Amino acid sequence: MNVRVHITPKEGILDPQGATVERALPALGFQGVSGVRIGKFIELAYDPPAGTTAEQARAHIDEMCRKLLANPIIEDFAFELDEG
Amino acid sequence: MSQRATFEAAVTLGLTADEYARICEIQGGEPTYVELAIYSLMWSEHCSYKHSRPILGRFPTSGPRILQGPGENAGIIDVGDGWAVAMKVESHNHPSAVEPFQGAATGVGGIVRDIFTMGARPCVSMDSLRFGELTEPRQRFLLDGVVGGIAHYGNCLGIPTVGGEIYFEPSYEGNCLVNAMAAGMIRTDGIVRAIASGVGNHVVLIGSKTGRDGIGGASVLASQEFDETLEEKRPSVQVGDPFTEKKLIEACLELIHRKLVVSMQDLGAAGLTSSSSEMASKGTVGLDIHADRVPLREADMEPWEIMISESQERMLAIVTEEQLADVREVCERWDLDCSVIGQVTDTKMLRIHWHGERVANIPARRLADESPVIRTPSVKPDYIVDEPVAVSDAAYPQPTDLGAALALLLAAPNIASKRWAWEQYDYIVQANTVQIPGSDAAVLRIKDSPRGIAFSNDCNGRHCYLDPYRGAKAAVAEAARNLACAGALPVAVTDCLNFGNPEKGEIYWQFEQAVEGIAEACEALDTPVVSGNVSFYNESFGQAIYPTPMIGMLGVYDDVGVHIDDAFKDEGDVIVLLGAEAGWMDGSEYQKVAYGKVEGRVPDVDLRLEVELQGKLRAAIEARLLKSAHDCAEGGLAVALAEGAIASGVTGGTAFADPDTPQAREGGAGRWLGAEVDLGSASIVTGAAGRPDLALFGEAPTRVIVTVAPELLGPLEAVLGDLPHRVVGRVTGADLRCTMDGEELFTVPVSELHSAYESLPQRLA
Amino acid sequence: MTAPSTVRFGVVVFPGSNCDADAHHALSTFPDVDVDYLWHKDTDLKGAEAIVLPGGFSYGDYLRCGAIARFSPIMQSVIEFAEAGGLVLGICNGFQILTEAGLLPGALLRNTGLKFVCRYVNLRVDNAETAFTGACDADEVLRIVVKHNEGNYTADPATLARMKANGQIVLRYVTAAGEQGDSANPNGAVDDIAGVCNQRGNVFGMMPHPENSVEAALAGGAGGRRIFQSMVDTLMAREVAR
Repeated sequence: MNVRVHITPKEGILDPQGATVERALPALGFQGVSGVRIGKFIELAYDPPAGTTAEQARAHIDEMCRKLLANPIIEDFAFELDEG
Repeated sequence: MSQRATFEAAVTLGLTADEYARICEIQGGEPTYVELAIYSLMWSEHCSYKHSRPILGRFPTSGPRILQGPGENAGIIDVGDGWAVAMKVESHNHPSAVEPFQGAATGVGGIVRDIFTMGARPCVSMDSLRFGELTEPRQRFLLDGVVGGIAHYGNCLGIPTVGGEIYFEPSYEGNCLVNAMAAGMIRTDGIVRAIASGVGNHVVLIGSKTGRDGIGGASVLASQEFDETLEEKRPSVQVGDPFTEKKLIEACLELIHRKLVVSMQDLGAAGLTSSSSEMASKGTVGLDIHADRVPLREADMEPWEIMISESQERMLAIVTEEQLADVREVCERWDLDCSVIGQVTDTKMLRIHWHGERVANIPARRLADESPVIRTPSVKPDYIVDEPVAVSDAAYPQPTDLGAALALLLAAPNIASKRWAWEQYDYIVQANTVQIPGSDAAVLRIKDSPRGIAFSNDCNGRHCYLDPYRGAKAAVAEAARNLACAGALPVAVTDCLNFGNPEKGEIYWQFEQAVEGIAEACEALDTPVVSGNVSFYNESFGQAIYPTPMIGMLGVYDDVGVHIDDAFKDEGDVIVLLGAEAGWMDGSEYQKVAYGKVEGRVPDVDLRLEVELQGKLRAAIEARLLKSAHDCAEGGLAVALAEGAIASGVTGGTAFADPDTPQAREGGAGRWLGAEVDLGSASIVTGAAGRPDLALFGEAPTRVIVTVAPELLGPLEAVLGDLPHRVVGRVTGADLRCTMDGEELFTVPVSELHSAYESLPQRLA
Repeated sequence: MTAPSTVRFGVVVFPGSNCDADAHHALSTFPDVDVDYLWHKDTDLKGAEAIVLPGGFSYGDYLRCGAIARFSPIMQSVIEFAEAGGLVLGICNGFQILTEAGLLPGALLRNTGLKFVCRYVNLRVDNAETAFTGACDADEVLRIVVKHNEGNYTADPATLARMKANGQIVLRYVTAAGEQGDSANPNGAVDDIAGVCNQRGNVFGMMPHPENSVEAALAGGAGGRRIFQSMVDTLMAREVAR
């Protein structure tokens, strides 16, 4: 299965990158931009052992995110997978 | 918003019944919820120092060079030619244990603000770090995060991180220590203090928008031990933005140099609350703050949240009407928010308004100065012993291979090279660094002047555990000795006192003892304490850390060109041991690493001998008699000799400032200078025990090894006079060889010692 | 025809630059040099004959290093200046900005060790004929400090081949003995590349910091003086030629 993970700063956490980019865009002529948040996008292919149910696979990916891919102290994550 | 708060609310915020009663008395009735939140923060241990204030008065804090002692954002010391150094250290222990990268980063950010808020350009960062043993994955995670956070923030600010220390002991496993020290340069006539004045002047907030960062954060975390609810404390973590702080440094220094502010204060623990109340209280004025005029990062914040938010990278300035337009212009040029959020009044009250409604009305002085003072009855712990250990062959079997024992010590994380850490720091930005990390002290020049400054960080937590008085005294002595080894004159101390729960008698005893030891040593060495920080409640599940009173010390040079480092330089140089002869097992790294024990009574510092040794060492360096000098610390004499040999061939030291030295031409790696050392007779060197391993690895204060060209040995001895000293060998060959009583103890190639010494990265893989 | 008395340099300051003062100071140690600071929001180069884009963390290195700085008003002037043949030196973050602005080929990635590295490196001068290395001997080894998190130079193979053919690869990381090898490369840069110039040879980017290696008494040593001396010599020669 193909997995796509979106990692974003937690709501309320300072996002210095987002704030800086938000300030920079008007200087290039783009008005009306607000709420810039910068995160990460991770793609991976996951081939679990035979007999793993879909629910178990989701649980594994959730654990991958929680333990390594995201920093749960300051980041939220969401993922989608397709069996393709 | 102005609802009256109840006693239950007070308890939730961590106040005691006594404290609540006192608040009601000051306020003339039940406080509003905003008032209660403000008191709970200001009267927390971290902000009010309620357990430590009565004891800290013991420190010597003044002297002819001291322009500013404790009580301001930083201490300030005159270093000559119209220049002064601002210096302070602060702990960020609890936040770093929760989120190490951001905890350490914001620790650096906070201490740097304390420096430039006084008008000093920050020029030095140093960090003293402690963790549990590296065999635990979590400790490796913490080390990695903390070093990464310091690097991220300090490098971005363009402040060189020139030194520090890193120690690993089981006692820090649940409570890592992150003590961030910073210093800055300022002209003696350019100092700005955090005193609000001028009724009608504007209160201006500059820098980042205010969010919910750290609400209940640093202050509350620092007033509680960790327990199972650690996980729930996570949302309180602040994220640092060093880019904004860099802009803040430039903007604030411009404001101060152009005299566009009356005073300035940075927002640290307890945010707007502590800054505004401290400024008002110092100035004996009042402040009206309109919380609704504070630029917010998050909508729908309540006034109490705005007042206690610990959002980083914010400064508070008092500005006259005439100055205001220029202040706005400077902030706009640096793309920084600048908002008038209040004014100075003559009411002596801190008044908070929310959309026209007054939600807090607190006497500023009483809030800042009248927190309860608590002296816990102190109790000497049972584990303290009054006698050194008996070093018997049964309890301490002698090693068969002393060379292997030396390699084991050099590879021990407490001794091994910390290059892995300091190569992540920019230690050379600002073009002032003369001595990079790895030697006894960091040395910087002052541009357009022959003068220089030097810094050291020292504390041996294990020694302080075994005897807090002797250990703390030794920490001060060691910090000064390290500066003396570099040729600098020690002049001032900033201290970071890390202890467990002060409500416990044994911990309070440790604290009192340590303060006494520091005070005596500072008096003898003439190094007043100009600033500092106390961090209590470093305990997890009832287990306290070793008492760890970390000493940061400043030294000065009339001529920075005399500085030397610890590396052996030339074949044939004579090695001389200065000071104490005997080394002890008690509390030594050897006792821990080879025998797995921490026990006994550590030796006391002979302050009279220490002062004499440091004075004569410095005189010898100023007379340019010495090639190198190195303090004997963990691992004793043998490790100090090994380090001198290892440094002879390693790239990156000041030996390579001159590209024509043999070491530089070789590029360093592989070209070592060893030594032949004769320890003399065991009975002289080690006293009654007479063991060669104690002669090699036993530890004692007031010991330095120096190297000198053979033809200068005579002049050196003339300078030393009757200071105890002994020629122990010479720099030669590529091996380190030690003999005693005519017998060889070991011969090891320096290249092998180097491999052991540089093995820390392998423990982190 | 008398030689000119001084040549003029401009050091650009972006928000977050932190090696601008060091660059200014380093240049001031050369007797024939005047130095101005150039603010990122301005377009006036103040008559500079050579531009330095200094190291640091412009805009915090947020989004990508140099990605935001390249759009500063001053950069428009710098690009015109470069297209007219003016000398431009990009150091570290300055090098990153030059690649983002398209004035130099390739890009700078995160160090392969994933950590910031501050250490001395040996640099072999693989083209001693440029305006920035003319004062060096061919194959001379300079000892200069690097301090960066994103110094891993990369370019696609076709670009690299073209650069090699044109002598655009100016500095490489080597051992003290002058040889390439893993231990000498602090960041994993392809072919141990530490500094490159454009085809015309008037724009040069290098990851190491020559401005921190101009005084023998300091920890950085004086290995970087050659770079600035080369630029001064080039500018002096140009003035005489006019």
